[in-house]
Amino acid sequence: MERTDILDAVYDACVEILKVDKAELGEGTSFAEDLDADSLALVEVVMQLEEQFDLRIPEDDLDDVATIGAAADLVASHLAAA
Amino acid sequence: MSTDRVALVTGGSRGIGAATATALAAAGHAVAIGYRSDEPAAAVVQRQVEDAGGRALPVQVDVADPASVDAAVTGIEAELGRITIAVNNAGITDDGLFIRTDPEHWRRVLGTNLDGAFHVIHRVAPGMLRARWGRIVNVSSVVGLMGSAGQVSYASSKAALVGLTRSLARELGTRPITANVVAPGPIETEMLAAAGDERAAQLAALVPAGRLGRPDEVAAAIAFLCSDAAGFINGAVLPVDGGLGMGH
Repeated sequence: MERTDILDAVYDACVEILKVDKAELGEGTSFAEDLDADSLALVEVVMQLEEQFDLRIPEDDLDDVATIGAAADLVASHLAAA
Repeated sequence: MSTDRVALVTGGSRGIGAATATALAAAGHAVAIGYRSDEPAAAVVQRQVEDAGGRALPVQVDVADPASVDAAVTGIEAELGRITIAVNNAGITDDGLFIRTDPEHWRRVLGTNLDGAFHVIHRVAPGMLRARWGRIVNVSSVVGLMGSAGQVSYASSKAALVGLTRSLARELGTRPITANVVAPGPIETEMLAAAGDERAAQLAALVPAGRLGRPDEVAAAIAFLCSDAAGFINGAVLPVDGGLGMGH
């Protein structure tokens, strides 16, 4: 799986769950500061990615996920380990 | 009047649960009737719902066992669709003086009454988040706040449901998912009948109305909290006790 595909999936999850415009999103977009997403919203985004990629990401791993790029990295690392 | 929503009522084969399944079906929801062991009773509730033109599915589930809850919910969602209404009504009592209550009895009551609600909500909440709509009603008891001699495990489990519910109300309130408690007083059910006629009469005498409640009177409150009309009621503890618990 290419990283760009994963990134696209994160964008799509943000568009669907956070109701934001895809054009506004980039690797450095911050969930909390740019998208006004609370911790539950971040979990919802991650849940969608877990379902899509058939992964289970431990709760503790979410602490460091501040940006869209970090979310893509997290999914990529779990895919690589799977 | 169909709203196309899917409800799960645990402990749905008898008493308050059976009345709730019937009431939710009458409100237009497809209802999964969770039962642990009494399949014939669940089938009777299913027939009542279907005779009234509703849709019901009996589902065996031991709420104390997360694997059983997972399997039951997976089956319900395959058959009826995503559950967005969860009524945690399954409950047991194992009465006895505190000093004679051993840890196994304590654990068994908490395992069903409190852990059971946790297991069900934990399994269905992600679907409610996705649906951007949900109703959770946890069936507590007047004794959760009054205390009850001889019911330390039961009362503790019922009080704990309030903390569970109110925390959920705060976490999920923006989605908009509501979580509320209904706290029945003494209701004419098999659970109360097991305590004996004398005890039932004592309890009835404590209620301002001077009588026991009926399961359908509790079900009406639960069905209301599950409705769209109750969308701004969140984290409430609604007594259905004829006034027995007034002031707590």
